Amino acid sequence: MKCRKCGAPAALELRRHNAAFCEPDFLEFFRNQVREAIRKHRMFTKDEQVLVAVSGGKDSLALWDVLIDEGYRTTGLYLDLGIFDYSVESKARCEKFAAARSVPLIISAVAEEVGAPVPVIQSVTRRPPCSGCGLSKRYLMNRVALEHEIPVVATGHNLDDEAATLFGSVMHWQMDALPRQSPALPSTHPKLVRRVKPLYRLSELETAAFAFMRKIDYIVEECPFAAGATSIAHKEILSRMEAASPGAKHNFLFGFLDRARPAFEQAEGVALNECARCGQVTTGTICAFCKLSDQVKRRVS
Amino acid sequence: MKVILRNPRREVDVAGNRRVKEILRELAIVPETVLVICGDALVTADHIVRDDETIELRPVMSGGAGSRP
Repeated sequence: MKCRKCGAPAALELRRHNAAFCEPDFLEFFRNQVREAIRKHRMFTKDEQVLVAVSGGKDSLALWDVLIDEGYRTTGLYLDLGIFDYSVESKARCEKFAAARSVPLIISAVAEEVGAPVPVIQSVTRRPPCSGCGLSKRYLMNRVALEHEIPVVATGHNLDDEAATLFGSVMHWQMDALPRQSPALPSTHPKLVRRVKPLYRLSELETAAFAFMRKIDYIVEECPFAAGATSIAHKEILSRMEAASPGAKHNFLFGFLDRARPAFEQAEGVALNECARCGQVTTGTICAFCKLSDQVKRRVS
Repeated sequence: MKVILRNPRREVDVAGNRRVKEILRELAIVPETVLVICGDALVTADHIVRDDETIELRPVMSGGAGSRP
């Protein structure tokens, strides 16, 4: 198989683009996709600070790598979930990455903020582990950004993540989630920073290939709580569809973003308040994070 | 030839001198769910793996907390 651009032996085939690329041309293809995402959605500029949420995995570290290379002003944020050796190793990967590139990294421990690490949150609340984890991540990313006066948080969500989330929302017709699924969410409240996903045009295979080619030392092992997660099941279904019909995931996600999402967007009109406890944004009186934290602290103490 | 699989890490022996796509088919692995690493490089589905070589099939799928906004 030959590179579409230069004819050299290809390193990666991208069936959805009916193309294959050698390593240098793939790296350029990847960077072009990130540039296009940032440009199209006006995600951020080179004059502002970007908080990059990193997990030690391929996606977030690949994102951070691209943004540094492109000249953006970035600060990393690692949320220590306290998930046994997995968290120890993923934190070490982030620290090593940041040190090698001389970029700042903020570390925040979920156990200190919520009152217990993710495994304990799961056992005392009986919520699915990914539920408490996701809630804590979203809350803490926003709060840390505000505390450091950083106007935008960038996450490493890729095309597969977005397609799987959309699939889950459609399967349950979650009308509140559909309008919020976007590569770029604006700030709709003074205490809500912008959230952007510059990798949304790139598949999981592509982010993994980029990380490998760039020799990024990412954690290959999966989070021990991810086994059996609904999002993984949805990804497996979509991957089988993709194998049978290359481009299926892309068409599903981009068709929604281009044609369907605006219809759901008009239906949204949620009033935002400040949590009576912590001051962060919520649709109720007490935010979900404070309720979770209360529940955990009550059960643990 | 040897094939290294991950999560959990393990090795299996399969017949070599075949194309990557045939090896993936035998192992019932969907091609776009893994990086195929031979030595220190990625290889495509039509690459022929010699019997004395080792390849790693590194999964690319991750998830859990998802991308709920």
